[in-house]
Amino acid sequence: MAVEQPAATVPGDQTRIHNIGYRSYDGPRLGRAYARRSLYSQSLRGAYGLGRSVKSKVLPMLLFVVMCLPAAIMVAVAVATKANDLPLDYTRYAIVLQAVISLYVASQAPQSVSRDLRFKTVPLYFSRPIETSDYVRAKYASLASALFILTAAPLLVLYVGALLAKLDFADQTKGFAQGLVSVALLSLLFAGLGLVVAAVTPRRGFGIAAVIAVLTITYGAVSTLQAIADVQGSSGAVAWIGLFSPITLIDGVQSAFLGATSAFPGGVGPSNGEGAVYVLVTLGLIAGAYGLLVRRYKKVGL
Amino acid sequence: MIATESLSKRFPRVTALDRLSVDVGPGVTGLVGANGAGKSTLIKILLGLSPATEGRAEVLGLDVATKGPEIRERVGYMPEHDCLPPDVSATEFVVHMARMSGLPPTAARERTADTLRHVGLYEERYRPIGGYSTGMKQRVKLAQALVHDPQLVFLDEPTNGLDPVGRDEMLGLIRRIHTDFGISVLVTSHLLGELERTCDHVVVVDGGKLLRSSSTTDFTQTTTTLAIEVTDTDEHPDGTRAVRDALDARGVSVQDGSGLPGAGHVLLLTAAGEETYDLVRDVIADLGLGLVRMEQRRHHISEVFTDSDAERKEAVGHGG
Ligand SMILES: Nc1ncnc2c1ncn2[C@@H]1O[C@H](COP(=O)(O)OP(=O)(O)O)[C@@H](O)[C@H]1O
Ligand SMILES: [Mg+2]
Repeated sequence: MAVEQPAATVPGDQTRIHNIGYRSYDGPRLGRAYARRSLYSQSLRGAYGLGRSVKSKVLPMLLFVVMCLPAAIMVAVAVATKANDLPLDYTRYAIVLQAVISLYVASQAPQSVSRDLRFKTVPLYFSRPIETSDYVRAKYASLASALFILTAAPLLVLYVGALLAKLDFADQTKGFAQGLVSVALLSLLFAGLGLVVAAVTPRRGFGIAAVIAVLTITYGAVSTLQAIADVQGSSGAVAWIGLFSPITLIDGVQSAFLGATSAFPGGVGPSNGEGAVYVLVTLGLIAGAYGLLVRRYKKVGL
Repeated sequence: MIATESLSKRFPRVTALDRLSVDVGPGVTGLVGANGAGKSTLIKILLGLSPATEGRAEVLGLDVATKGPEIRERVGYMPEHDCLPPDVSATEFVVHMARMSGLPPTAARERTADTLRHVGLYEERYRPIGGYSTGMKQRVKLAQALVHDPQLVFLDEPTNGLDPVGRDEMLGLIRRIHTDFGISVLVTSHLLGELERTCDHVVVVDGGKLLRSSSTTDFTQTTTTLAIEVTDTDEHPDGTRAVRDALDARGVSVQDGSGLPGAGHVLLLTAAGEETYDLVRDVIADLGLGLVRMEQRRHHISEVFTDSDAERKEAVGHGG
């Protein structure tokens, strides 16, 4: 705790002479792990505009509402009509609303990392006990958590609604759990890609455009090629093409291992063997994004 | 506080530090050198952020190569460039930086309030930093370096971009960091003049090499430049010339003070101590000339770098 020092030499420490008014600090210094957690929570709050200007709260909050609204409507309809199933699978929800998720990543990844780069705050962080990897882990984890909140909240709405509508408990719980695993993976993947793109484009406007391009143009290209392959009857090609865009990667993983119905043309997802490749590619991209971020910050740290 | 031993840092094209060995004790120490002399590079090595190419360095008795995080917990750093986000207030920013140094939330808030008050930021601390003047921004940068009550702070060019008043206020604040807060300071500048007044000790580097390291009192004694102006007499129609020749004959090298007010009649020489004053007085008396003025000139750092006449004149021209 801060202690008032008398205007005299502190015994045993001849170099420190304090004037009344300046209080030295003798309390705990909590070190790297604490600093990393503080950066994580500050960044996570920042991803929803908390602790920032009113203006920066608008978009993330709006996207959160847009993300949850369809779930609320589906639940209301299911309860009112006494339906015996939800109109949309837990695993399918994020795929359908991918545009909202992409918009969120595109707006929040640049604000999370490019601000520190643009205003040259990064060297201040590295003049403290934390290391490059601490900074990257805190930033990565905070954006992934923010995305998980965005994607898991509507699933929770669906699940609670399903239980209120007295749908089969075991069935719903299993679907909900599978959905959570899927959006967790999606959050890690999208956060990693968004941060890498944002970290190499410190100009915020460019960062937003570049993230949207990476997430949606790849999806557009992949689904067009898949449609062509499907028309030509080469369903094997459909599965392999799906490896080349983030959202189809998640689709592939969950239809192979998480009981999801594939959104691929023809509704045929990858087989178990192909699915293993999907999982490896997804994990590889997540690890690769982390590695690239660490490299990028090793450079700017000085 | 700081000890380096044959410390070198080579980049692919330049040698930023060249076998630098220096010891810095408690107090306020100035690190002076022209742009590109290697000052910022030295600070980054001392923070354990950039590995030295060869040699070793210790800060507070901790090896920079292996104890970076421990060093950075105990020292503060104020960078030379802008580093403040414009859209948050000074309070929010400094609290966050205090937590980054490991201070628990309550302590971080208390110390932020204290530190901002000590550097002279009051009501404005709740407003976004974007609207601050350069002087206020420098104070925020200083506050974030002091908020965790370090034992030592590195201040990289803290007076850069400030007007003369702001400069004096900042120098006064730097002095207080040691006298009132008990924190030792390593402060860099490319101007020797301003650090002379503030520091107990000055280290001069040039091209990554140590030029000299001495307490400021030695420094001023040995390198004061004297400006002399004398009258002419019938016997010596060019009195200035006569003094110059007489001093030359006694082995004291003299330059004429072109570029200064009264150019052509002003002589400059380096005073080595009391003897020089006596010598000059005697020479002028012997010649029967009148002494119009004899004064110490504030000197510019590049004087210490070079003995070449041309640059000395130029430097003195700026230093007056
Ligand atoms: N990261 C770097 N890569 C290459 N050269 C560098 C780097 N950092 C500094 N330098 C060079 O090292 C020299 C010393 O730079 P610096 O320490 O910034 O000087 P000062 O702070 O004294 O002005 C300069 O020539 C500079 O160009
Ligand atoms: Mg510098």
